[in-house]
Amino acid sequence: MTQASPLTAPDHLQHSAANDDARYEPSLATGRDYISLLKPRVMSLVIFTALVGLVIAPGHIHPVLGFTAILCIAVGAGAAGALNMWYEADIDAVMTRTANRPLPAGRIGRDEALAFGLILSVFSVVTMGLMVNVLAAGLLAFTIFFYAVIYTMALKRFTPQNIVIGGAAGAFPPMIGWAAATGAIGLEAILLFLIIFFWTPPHFWALSLSRADDYARAGVPMLPVVAGADETKRQILIYSAILLPVGMSPWLFGFAGALYAVFSIVTGLAMIVLSAQLLRADDTGANRIAKRLFGFSILYLFALFAVLLIEHSFGLTFGRLSW
Amino acid sequence: MSIVVDKNDNGVVLTEAQKRARRSRSIAIALALGALVILFYVITLVKGPGVLHRPL
Repeated sequence: MTQASPLTAPDHLQHSAANDDARYEPSLATGRDYISLLKPRVMSLVIFTALVGLVIAPGHIHPVLGFTAILCIAVGAGAAGALNMWYEADIDAVMTRTANRPLPAGRIGRDEALAFGLILSVFSVVTMGLMVNVLAAGLLAFTIFFYAVIYTMALKRFTPQNIVIGGAAGAFPPMIGWAAATGAIGLEAILLFLIIFFWTPPHFWALSLSRADDYARAGVPMLPVVAGADETKRQILIYSAILLPVGMSPWLFGFAGALYAVFSIVTGLAMIVLSAQLLRADDTGANRIAKRLFGFSILYLFALFAVLLIEHSFGLTFGRLSW
Repeated sequence: MSIVVDKNDNGVVLTEAQKRARRSRSIAIALALGALVILFYVITLVKGPGVLHRPL
């Protein structure tokens, strides 16, 4: 087990007269730096899951309004990412994975990132409310708040359950997509939410296992840092076991067909097998299996949502259960 | 980053790197605003008078 150490922010992020003067220096930030503030890789999964929620929802939404809804969700998610980077610049600076982000690298000032995040947040929510519907806008606003305030400010530095509770923020996009299309929240949208919610812990803990030293240096109480690798592996297996029936739930509740059932069972079992291998692995093998589990978990979520999209788009209703 | 002050007291003079960065930001802002204008125009055409109808 690795002990967490106190935060040590770099000089340019410390409060001082010199740094206060630096706030007024002409910026060196480029358009590319601002785009990287939006966490484009995270945004791509958000866009995809939101798109699936929007497309498989009953009823019809005009393609232009559907595009607008997805754009608002993407920009809102990016804004939440910018606010997260604004608040976590001190943590990012001491972690290898994030040290080259625009804020710790000094390419964007903290005030610029804060203003960028706030403006995009307001703009995406207001546009969603005016152009799509108020429920979707409200959910989008809550998601941004949940990620930027609840997860980033209230959970991440204080509890190893940070990504369990905070995972809800990443689970909302398909529900927002569904709300954009229907103006309501259906059982199906809640099931899609639960899939991502229970997927997040094994996904993120698999990554954090190989980055435990980084998190310890940054003082972030991730599970491997405060409870050790063995307990983290056990928790990964527990959540993977829960994920199997949750992943199957769209089929069990009758809104996905046989193709989805096969995919969710096979890939869900593969998650459990990888998690069990991780639990049994020694220190040298664990790192390799953890990386494999992390990569497979992305494929798992993408596959489930892609199959839902394919079944809906091609009218594949074979094997749907009716209760 | 650095601030270069002109000898004749003409205020802050941007370095070449700062000018390039400002140009990059200006282009990004122009593209974003242009895209928004087009998007809002198309939405207005799609929704017609319903653009003022905002269901919960």
